[in-house]
Amino acid sequence: MTTFTRLDRSVVGSWWWTVDRWTLVAVGLLVAMGGVMVLAASPAIAARLHLDSFHFVRRQFMYLPMAVMAIFAISLLSPLWVRRLAVVSFGFFSILTIATLLVGPEVKGAHRWLQFGSFTLQPTEFLKPSFAVVAAWMFAEQRRSDEIPGNLISIALFVFVVSLLLLQPDVGMTLVVSAVWFAQFFLAGLPIIWVVMFVVVGIVSAAAAYSLFPHVASRVDRFMDPSGGGNYQIERAMEAFQTGGFFGVGPGDGSVKRQLPDAHTDFIFAVLGEEFGVVICLFVVALFAFIVLRGFSRLLEEKNFFVVLAAAGLLIQFGLQAVINIGVNLRLMPTKGMTLPFISYGGSSMFALALLMGMLLALSRRRAGTGELR
Amino acid sequence: MSELTWSTKSPRPRITLTPSLAQNLPDDNHMALRLEGSAKETLEQGRNRLVMAGVIFAICFIALASRLIGLAISGIGDEEVIASEADAPPPVATTESKRAEIRDRNGVLLATTLTTASLFADPKKVLDPKEAAAKLTTVLGDLNEATILSKLASAKNFIWLKRNLTPSQQYQVNSLGIPGLYFREEEKRFYPMGPLVSHVMGFTDVDNHGIAGVEKHFDEQLNGSGERASQELILSLDVRIQHALRDELSRHMSIFRAIGAAGMVMDIKTGEILGMVSLPDFDPNRPGDFSGDAKFNRISLGVYEMGSTFKTFTTAMGLDTGTVGLNGGYDATEPIRKGGFRIRDDHPKKRWLSVPEIYMYSSNIGAAKMADEVGPKRHKAFLAKLGLLEKPSLEIPEIGAPILPPRWNSLETMTISFGHGLSVSPLQLSTGIAAIVNGGNYIKPTVVRRDSEKRTAVRQVISAKTSDIMRRLMRLVVEKGTGGKAAAPGYLVGGKTGTAEKAVGGRYKRDALIASFVSAFPMNDPRYVVFAMLDEPKGNAQTHGFRSAGWTAAPIVGRLISRIGPILSIQPLDEESEAIQKAMFIPINSREKKLASF
Repeated sequence: MTTFTRLDRSVVGSWWWTVDRWTLVAVGLLVAMGGVMVLAASPAIAARLHLDSFHFVRRQFMYLPMAVMAIFAISLLSPLWVRRLAVVSFGFFSILTIATLLVGPEVKGAHRWLQFGSFTLQPTEFLKPSFAVVAAWMFAEQRRSDEIPGNLISIALFVFVVSLLLLQPDVGMTLVVSAVWFAQFFLAGLPIIWVVMFVVVGIVSAAAAYSLFPHVASRVDRFMDPSGGGNYQIERAMEAFQTGGFFGVGPGDGSVKRQLPDAHTDFIFAVLGEEFGVVICLFVVALFAFIVLRGFSRLLEEKNFFVVLAAAGLLIQFGLQAVINIGVNLRLMPTKGMTLPFISYGGSSMFALALLMGMLLALSRRRAGTGELR
Repeated sequence: MSELTWSTKSPRPRITLTPSLAQNLPDDNHMALRLEGSAKETLEQGRNRLVMAGVIFAICFIALASRLIGLAISGIGDEEVIASEADAPPPVATTESKRAEIRDRNGVLLATTLTTASLFADPKKVLDPKEAAAKLTTVLGDLNEATILSKLASAKNFIWLKRNLTPSQQYQVNSLGIPGLYFREEEKRFYPMGPLVSHVMGFTDVDNHGIAGVEKHFDEQLNGSGERASQELILSLDVRIQHALRDELSRHMSIFRAIGAAGMVMDIKTGEILGMVSLPDFDPNRPGDFSGDAKFNRISLGVYEMGSTFKTFTTAMGLDTGTVGLNGGYDATEPIRKGGFRIRDDHPKKRWLSVPEIYMYSSNIGAAKMADEVGPKRHKAFLAKLGLLEKPSLEIPEIGAPILPPRWNSLETMTISFGHGLSVSPLQLSTGIAAIVNGGNYIKPTVVRRDSEKRTAVRQVISAKTSDIMRRLMRLVVEKGTGGKAAAPGYLVGGKTGTAEKAVGGRYKRDALIASFVSAFPMNDPRYVVFAMLDEPKGNAQTHGFRSAGWTAAPIVGRLISRIGPILSIQPLDEESEAIQKAMFIPINSREKKLASF
């Protein structure tokens, strides 16, 4: 099964014995499924965009091995190095995010992308996991000693990140980042009275987003009143699941991918439902649930508070992204452009998830000791 | 791998603190313990809260899973929707129930809805369009190979190839085994009577929306979408009457080489229309194959100057207003010259004529003088009461509005008195005649069956006495006047001929006539109005070249009444019997009786 013995004390050898192999297998399955799905869904999109039919496939199959390598490489790091990596990447991608506001092209009314030749980069995708780790560090420091005002720093960083996101504007990502940050704060021992207050603030800000951003308002309105029309993508997605039934119409035989402009990204789950059936969809949901819940249960044994907070933040972000994407596809939530981790097409999202998963695997590696970081 | 090595030589990390972290620890041992306790507490609280977060996530994932299963189950049992594209036609309107049936007054099926299969293609899935097109044409002969090919070359992923296939065609197409072809169940309106009830029925478009006739008027109810969704629609029509009417009309249309013909049969007590035919007509099963002329309803949409049939209204008006009595009359010796017009008689008697003579011989001069004496104002009001001056109401959309003269003075009253200068539809004329003979009540016409007790919108137009005289006068026309060929022995037919030159481009066309005959029977107790009209009839040897209504339109009515009388359960009468003769007696005050040699 493996060529590593427990005697092997090399970096890779000790990695193999300490890493969470079950999660590794689940991630591997997701990545493989992503490969299949980009083959199934993207040629139709490419044809519509008058691109070569394997345009997206070629790109994704170039990214996939790189992403797998990145996961592996990052998961070799120790928690301390994960923290260092997160701090560096947080700083780096903050600068890039500021750059999007200044030099990024406007796409559909928002500045979210940086253009490098034929490739585009969305720095906020990378900012998300980095920020989760940095915030976890600050919360943990606050608990460890009174010398560092961790909570205050964390709040300041949060305000900074959210301001950047709202300036783009990217309300959906703001929501995710806020939810993750708040969950970490909650885990870090935020008093219940503050929890209530934050929830109130959250509701107020959601209402503010509704009244300030017209596209948010229209999406929510259309979700609340489906009869009003304009839910073209969602209606097609619903039909796709119904057409697919339990066992699907067969790979490549679906039609929803020709009707949905975002079939290879935000609505890939509907394509999966139509062509592979609800049984496979349930399997995918189970994979996500497995990764998140197994991660949580492993954290219950973790002794280092920073690791708990950071890993929990990453897990929550990963799970939230999956839940929101699938929820939108199943019309349980208003439309929100969010990719399905490892399955949707997209370079930025793929590498950001590799960063996330790499850090998560690194943090969740089995370590002996009292919980101090080395 | 070796399990044995685990206990002894595992690469276990060192437990000791690193110097850097140790330096950060407070010197005080007590302090260290307190911090350690607090850290443990924090960790414990964090773990508890982590469990909460995990539970929330679990609930979310369970919600997603149950939604997925719910969707999959809701999809089962639905028809397989293979492709629906924004540019595909909207789904058939009837979802639960089919479009309602239409029947005649006796329950004979006139329109029903069949479920058929329609063939469409997803061109991207057709592997070999050439072969597919070639194969398809062998089965669906009316499809063109080139057309199929061009359709299969389109960039869409949904394109109709043929709507409404027969089951055997569907079977044959399936047997071809061409990938990328699919069927969708559709509903097709079917009219078992074909062209027999074309104009009243109207037709529907491919998506089963009524676009003409009662199909359009009652579209909502038939489709079950409106509040008044109905199970079926019962028309007032009787297919037996309809058939006889259409048969006689088309026969005479070809005998007299007319360009069109029209006729109707109406119950004068209820206003129900038992038959309404306009020729040429069309097959509502394939309305696309027929010209606009075929779809033109000459009875209700066409308006014509009806000619002498209008003298019925003029005479009734004169008698009812009391400006002239039955023994009174007018001098018809000389043509009337007025405003550059000359009003003359076709068969001038060149003498004074009594009212019955004016009507019987159809004297234009007499009618003009009779109307002029009543005056334009009262004339207009009288015709308005008969519903001749406004668009009539009927349950079909194809209704024509009458064309009134721009001014209505003495001259117009004179011409309108004999049916020129005012264009009305045959429907209006027949409804007016029904009011004249039924005792003087104007009843709104209808193509929907009415309960005979329930009369609608009755208004008294003339007195019952005038109505009785008019019956006798109309009988006189058939007995002794211009309408002799309308006689149907035993059915006591009465009526009036009308021959009018067609006005084309503001001028009368001498060689183009509208020959019509409006009648009622049996005249001792009229039950039905029968109208027949020929558009541009030509004379033949049998008619000695004549093409006037008495020769061309009257025979249609005579033959038709002989045919439909038994169907309508009208007891034939002995026309020569004393009682009938007495009932139909009309004194003719002819001042020159002694000179009459016949």
